[in-house]
Amino acid sequence: MTATIIDDLKKKKILALLKEGQRIDGRALDEPRQLTVDTGVIPKAEGSARVRLGDTEVVCGVKIQPDKPFPDLGDRGIFICTAEILPLADPNAEPGPPGEEVIELARVVDRGIRESGMVDLKQLVLEKDKSVIGIFIDNSVTDYDGNLFDACSYASVASVLSCKLPKYEYNDGVVTKKDGEFSAPPITTIPVSVTMGKIGDSIVVDPNADEWNCMNGRITITTNAAGNICAVQKGGNDGFTPEQLIQCSKISIATGAKIRDILKQAGGS
Amino acid sequence: MGVKKTDIVLLDDKGIRCDGRKINEPRRIMIKAGVLKNANGSAYIEFGENKILAGVFGPRDVHPKHLANTDRGILRCRYHMQPFSVGERKNPAPSRREIEISKVIKEALEPAVMLENFPRTVVDVFIEILQADGGSRCAALDAAAVALADAGIPMRDMVSACAAGKVADTIVLDINNEEDQEGQADMPVAYMPNLGKVTLIQLDGVLTPQEYEKCVNTALEGCKIVYEIQKKALQEKFFGDDSQ
Repeated sequence: MTATIIDDLKKKKILALLKEGQRIDGRALDEPRQLTVDTGVIPKAEGSARVRLGDTEVVCGVKIQPDKPFPDLGDRGIFICTAEILPLADPNAEPGPPGEEVIELARVVDRGIRESGMVDLKQLVLEKDKSVIGIFIDNSVTDYDGNLFDACSYASVASVLSCKLPKYEYNDGVVTKKDGEFSAPPITTIPVSVTMGKIGDSIVVDPNADEWNCMNGRITITTNAAGNICAVQKGGNDGFTPEQLIQCSKISIATGAKIRDILKQAGGS
Repeated sequence: MGVKKTDIVLLDDKGIRCDGRKINEPRRIMIKAGVLKNANGSAYIEFGENKILAGVFGPRDVHPKHLANTDRGILRCRYHMQPFSVGERKNPAPSRREIEISKVIKEALEPAVMLENFPRTVVDVFIEILQADGGSRCAALDAAAVALADAGIPMRDMVSACAAGKVADTIVLDINNEEDQEGQADMPVAYMPNLGKVTLIQLDGVLTPQEYEKCVNTALEGCKIVYEIQKKALQEKFFGDDSQ
């Protein structure tokens, strides 16, 4: 993780370019990288997607399973979203228990989708307090080029949109799956996260790995289809001014709207 | 957000909240600096029903050594909840939530601490939640920042934290546990009051762009109230309490 001389040179170049309002890969400051989304890539999963955001690649699968509800939330289905950086994705990634970076990644991706209320969990109850449907979303990062927050979030959303919900029946404590019967999951909105990096005093959307290495602040803002804000997470070792926070929320709403169309199309809804 | 069968009134028609506070009124905040003998700096905070101890060690040698940085010091932070701090016993092993909070607290304090003055060393911040109520990460940060100052570690600014949120369609300051469980949004914010920089912001819950702006500004007002209490705590430690 120690910085090499090449990293230092790159950082100087990035800072010099940003002073003139340019980015190292030629994008506009508020321009995300090209996003490609393929759904249904893992047929054994009830929903899946492979997402490429620039050179960052994520494979995501959704498994649907009946489960016991959480004791304090007996009238809701279960929704769990995880993320993992595979060792083949990045020379710095190691197998083993997740570090704080990966834990934060998984929790931020989960929170954005959960807080938006994307899936109406109240419609996933088979028998109140006894049995509910669980939606388990697992993201695996297969190639790293910065901004895993958005790549995993888009992969999760696309997987859920393309997901087929099997039919279950609950009778006297026994849950049976009805073969060949599927329905669409109860979707209420499409959340889109937009991550911005602060390099010097510039705010750049969707930082790539080079920019990620030299940015000193980071903020991820998730918006829903109505253009409202449903989750925020700030990271990095520098602060944002209150004005920058408002600026970032506006960028997130505008950029999110464009990405939402791509996700909607890929999810087939 | 969890929905329970209780029917508490979060906001009555006179604008009074479930614990008797007004919309822009924080809970009772008490901070005492220098409460531990062995730590280089320490603080105890009571923020509503939150009871939190923070201790700071360092700058000191880094263990394991490979974590050391040759051009600046590093900051480490551990936010830990006691098993007895919440209703149902909490497993004492650090949860994913605690690891994430430790990270965001570290990143909220880092901009304020002049780590470039201490290459090859570490400053450790240990935070123990003795009793948790809503908003424990903000209260923990407030105590940690005072403990850092108490340790005499050079800082660019104080870090003051307070949450705002949306309860019964209204933006309110400093949401408590009930409001967190039953309310619509929770936004913890940490702020360096003299440099004007927000060093921590999180949000869960849905806000319109207008509500978002109002929520940020409400939380910043709370941070300023906390800042005065933090200053008073340090004054009492180093210059004595006038009443004694």
